[in-house]
Amino acid sequence: MSQTKFKASQASLGRGSTYAYKNSLKPASVIRWTLLFMGGILMIMPIIYLLSTSFKWPHEIYNLQIIPDEPTLDNYAYVLEDGRFFTWFGNSAIVAICTTVSSVIFDSLVGYTLCKFEFKGKTFVFIAILSTLMIPTEMLIIPWYTMAVDFGWINSYWGIMFPGMMTAFGTFLMKQFFESVPDEFLEAARIDGLNEFQIWWSVAMPLVTPALSALAIFIFLGNWTAFIWPLIVTNDPVLYTLPVGLTTFSVEQSVEWELIMTGAALATIPTLIVFLVFQRYIIRGVVMTGLKG
Amino acid sequence: MNWYRKLSIKQKQVVWAWTFLAIPVLFYVVIRFYPTFGSVLLSFQDWNLLGSKTWIGLENYEKLVADPVFWKVFNNTFIYLLLGTPVSLLISFIIAYHLDKVSFLHATIRAMYFIPFMTSAVAMAWLWRWFYQPVPIGLFNNFLASMGISQLPFLRSTVSALPSVLAPAIWAGLGFQIIIFMAGLRAIPQSYYEAAQIDGVGPWTVLREITIPLLKPTLVFLVVFSSIGFLRIFDQVFNMTTNDPGGPLNSTKPLVLMIYDTAFNAFDMGYAAAQTVVLFTILLLVSLLQLYVMRERT
Repeated sequence: MSQTKFKASQASLGRGSTYAYKNSLKPASVIRWTLLFMGGILMIMPIIYLLSTSFKWPHEIYNLQIIPDEPTLDNYAYVLEDGRFFTWFGNSAIVAICTTVSSVIFDSLVGYTLCKFEFKGKTFVFIAILSTLMIPTEMLIIPWYTMAVDFGWINSYWGIMFPGMMTAFGTFLMKQFFESVPDEFLEAARIDGLNEFQIWWSVAMPLVTPALSALAIFIFLGNWTAFIWPLIVTNDPVLYTLPVGLTTFSVEQSVEWELIMTGAALATIPTLIVFLVFQRYIIRGVVMTGLKG
Repeated sequence: MNWYRKLSIKQKQVVWAWTFLAIPVLFYVVIRFYPTFGSVLLSFQDWNLLGSKTWIGLENYEKLVADPVFWKVFNNTFIYLLLGTPVSLLISFIIAYHLDKVSFLHATIRAMYFIPFMTSAVAMAWLWRWFYQPVPIGLFNNFLASMGISQLPFLRSTVSALPSVLAPAIWAGLGFQIIIFMAGLRAIPQSYYEAAQIDGVGPWTVLREITIPLLKPTLVFLVVFSSIGFLRIFDQVFNMTTNDPGGPLNSTKPLVLMIYDTAFNAFDMGYAAAQTVVLFTILLLVSLLQLYVMRERT
């Protein structure tokens, strides 16, 4: 059922509407469009104010004007001066990239194995992995923390990353997508003398690239904005990720709202750019993961 | 490699399968299952992270039941859920329903609704915290003042603090729900609508008799997905109330923040573990409820 649903949604993703009215310039549809557009403006208003305030002088943040009278880059200069934001940005990038690469590879490898191989214990492994979806991260945090303390992983990249190196959600998702890869392709490759690893990597994987990029987007975004675990496992500012760093920075500034807004803008601008560039892929990815999951 | 050549194709498959699964199985056992049982076990123990663990049976749970803060927190967690899920789903459905019928600048409008979903909860929590400040700092109160309306206390009152913390969480999640709703709407076969049009059925009846019933799987998915999100709310609360986490007077404190406090400020690890078991039970019940609702359908 979800298979057909998915195909239908994919086929129609670029289309304008479910059913077009005969006359689309009726007053009702003009009102509809206008209200939706105004709602959209309202949705991005907070972010517009965030960006606008980051270019304002302290005495100007109190007025409601969006374009500052005398825009300034002073806030950015001040916030970036000591280089902490660059460090945090780099940490977040390292953590998010490593966990994404690891999860995409392992999730698809496991998903593929559970989909295409026949062996004893297959169902058991699948159910076991699937059942971990029920366990909230918060339940695992205390044992992870003691584990990190015991092995000396506090304040290390590995400490931040290790819980996220694989995901049950991704495994389930990839298993679903590998169902659509015909067994004949794999069989043909086997006859050509490729070993199983090569078949997975160079035959099956290229056939599910849209799914891989969708999964990658989801995992990257999740790790980029992850907060509670990095907060617990690091106490050295040099190893903070961007969200944890931003919290510390904002608490420090306390009433310097234009500086807090600049920090928040610095954390927001990169994902905004990524979204504006890859908009189509990101939305398609969200739909794919959402409907399969 | 000699032994490998002697194997049949089927046996070779088994060898490969377990080779592929070796590291993942180890990962799931060590990083997922072992800690799960560790937490359950710890919830029956007393431990301050440094000393040794002592078995205290159900004492942590007894303490929990007798703790007025826990009941306040339990209450808050469900208010986040019972306010957040219906409100966000209603708004996102209305927007998705209408946005689906719009083609002029469709992608641009969709992007405007989706953008907040791409932001980090921490950054947005501080942004909204600024909005909520009293005159002359906060945007909202300045706006109210300019219209001649009296100020609202937002984060400063025990009544309005929780909805104020919840608002940015709802706002940021709308984009995701709208996208999923629209995908669900487009999966409904065109022919149903055509048939309705031929029969001359009004848009309200179409909505009630065709759209909503056929949207049920999407709806169930979104209900569960957002319910779990609201039950686990933490980032927004933590960042909007740093001077008094979960305040004022615990009025915004959700279960996850209580767990964090108990474990990493009070170092009462066993007690915190008992709280995580409660969280797990709640989430499990929500998921089972989903399975039940889905089964009813087929």
